[in-house]
Amino acid sequence: MSAEYRFEGKIDGSVTLDPKKWVEVHADYLFKYAIVRINDQDLAKDLVQETFLAGLKGLAGFSGKSSERTWLTAILKYKIIDIYRKESSGLANIKAISNVEAIEDEYFESADGHWKNEYTPKPFGKVQDPLQDKEFNRVLQSCMNKLPALWASVFVMKHMDEEKTEVILAELRLSSANFWVIIHRTKLSLRACLQKNWL
Amino acid sequence: MSTLNAIAYNCRKATFLIEKQNLSGITIKQQYELKFHLAGCSVCQLFQQQSLLIDKMVKKHFFTEEEDLPKLDNNFKQNLEKRIESELNQK
Repeated sequence: MSAEYRFEGKIDGSVTLDPKKWVEVHADYLFKYAIVRINDQDLAKDLVQETFLAGLKGLAGFSGKSSERTWLTAILKYKIIDIYRKESSGLANIKAISNVEAIEDEYFESADGHWKNEYTPKPFGKVQDPLQDKEFNRVLQSCMNKLPALWASVFVMKHMDEEKTEVILAELRLSSANFWVIIHRTKLSLRACLQKNWL
Repeated sequence: MSTLNAIAYNCRKATFLIEKQNLSGITIKQQYELKFHLAGCSVCQLFQQQSLLIDKMVKKHFFTEEEDLPKLDNNFKQNLEKRIESELNQK
């Protein structure tokens, strides 16, 4: 048994790594973490598997300062960022940004920045409390799915992961101006989609 | 007043500032411009409310609505357990 293999005891007297139980204990959690961020079941499964395999390779590097789950989640998180990054570079990025221009013209009059009549916000009137409404969730998810991948990535990192803006800019290699344009237009798009499908 | 006039009637700029304010804060000048716009624009006031609601919904949806999400199948889990086991034995 090599030195790296001594994972079942306590490392630094603090946290235990037990890879034989990883699937049982962490697979569902990691899958959920991935699926809400990339919305692709097959890819999410691959990422869970890759996370465990990377974890096995990195057993020796585990410092014992975080919990097993935090450590595995951090590995997964960087794998997801890699995917976002691929989507935000090259052609995909140009496409997403030009899409963005089209959307802006869609909602506002180009001359004066007024709401166009057909996109003027109207109250979401269907239920008293949307926070309690399952249907609202379903519609929200389907509206999220319609976003370009780069927009969804930026939105998720900012709103769900509550990442610092500088971190997102660095990870996705975006300019600050493009970041704010994407944040703005993602919200315009989600809001319009909710109004159209949920009113 | 020229800047104020520019934003007073510009909902595109106002909604941009609303989003920026939600997430990172805006300058005092921008706060003033936005306030000025919102005072006279009920549509952007509504946008602001809905934007905050969407933020709340997104957080709530992704953190608590587990039953709506797809699940890992047992077959996948079993195969993954075997894979980990065999990786461990290779060491």
